[in-house]
Amino acid sequence: MKAKITITLKNGVLDPQGAAIENALAGLGFDGAAGVRQGKVIELKLAETDEGAARAKVEEMCQKLLANPVMENYAIEILA
Amino acid sequence: MKTAVIVFPASNCDRDIAVALEQATGTAPEMVWHGQTELPDADFYALPGGFSYGDYLRAGAMAAKSPIMRAVIDKAKAGAPLIGVCNGFQILCETGLLPGALMRNAGLDFVCGDVTLRVDNDQSIFTRGYAKGDYVNFPVAHHDGNYFADDETLDRLEGEGRVALRYVDNPNGSARDIAGLLNDAGNVMGLMPHPERVISPLLGGADGAAFFKGVIEAVS
Repeated sequence: MKAKITITLKNGVLDPQGAAIENALAGLGFDGAAGVRQGKVIELKLAETDEGAARAKVEEMCQKLLANPVMENYAIEILA
Repeated sequence: MKTAVIVFPASNCDRDIAVALEQATGTAPEMVWHGQTELPDADFYALPGGFSYGDYLRAGAMAAKSPIMRAVIDKAKAGAPLIGVCNGFQILCETGLLPGALMRNAGLDFVCGDVTLRVDNDQSIFTRGYAKGDYVNFPVAHHDGNYFADDETLDRLEGEGRVALRYVDNPNGSARDIAGLLNDAGNVMGLMPHPERVISPLLGGADGAAFFKGVIEAVS
C-alpha cells in the first residue's frame, strides 16, 4: 500500500513562507489570493496489506518523526 | 572534570564548544559520534550548533532520533547537565526535553551577527556567571530560531523563571523574546545564540567566557 501524508502548520501559527508566497502572488497580479499556507507532502510505500494496519503505522510515524505536534497538523491518505 | 560533545553529521560548532569547554575545564572534552549508542560518563554534555542532517524534515528532527540521543535523553532525565546551542536547542525541542519548537525566522532571513541579550534568571547552573539584568553580546547564526509555544506554556515558562535569556532586539520573531530556555529541573538549557563563539577578546568578544566558567564551576 502507499500512503500520502500532508503536513500543515496549525491554525494561528505564523507561516512566514506562506506570507512571502502571498506577497509574490500579489506582485504577479493575482489579486485576491489570500490565506496562503505552505506545508509539505510525504509519500511512502508500506508492506502492510490491511488499510487499518497501514493507517495505524503511518499515524505512529507522524507522531514519532514526520510531524511536530507542537506546531503542525497532519492528514493521512492510504492509497491502494 | 569530564565533558562530552555530541557530534552529528553537519554539526559545525562542535569544535568551537570543545574549545570553550577545554578553556573552562583545562581538559579537552570527549567527542561522541551520533551513531554511538552509549555515552561516556561525564559531568557535562553539549549538543553543538550546526545543520545536523542538513536540517532535513525540520531543523533538529533527524538528530533527535539518532542512536546516541536515546542515551542523551536518559542521562538528562536522570539529571545530568546538558546544553544545546543553536541546532542543539532545536534538537532539545524535537526530543521533548524542552517544550515548544523553533520555527523559520519571522523575517525569513537567515540572521547572522551579534545580538544583545538580557539575563533574566541568574540562579540556573548555566547563567550563574552573570547577574540578573546583565546585558551580554553573543553572536547568532540561524534560519530557524523563532521560538514557538502556546500561550499557556509561555505563561508557565515565565512564571517558573525558565526564560533565562531574552533578546533585547528580537531578531527572529521568537515568542516573548525568548533566546534561552531551561527545563523544569534546571539541568537542561537550550539557547539560539552562541556563547562558545565569544570566549576570548581574540574572537571578537569574551562575554561567553563567564557562561562556561560559571556552569563548569557549578557542576564540578
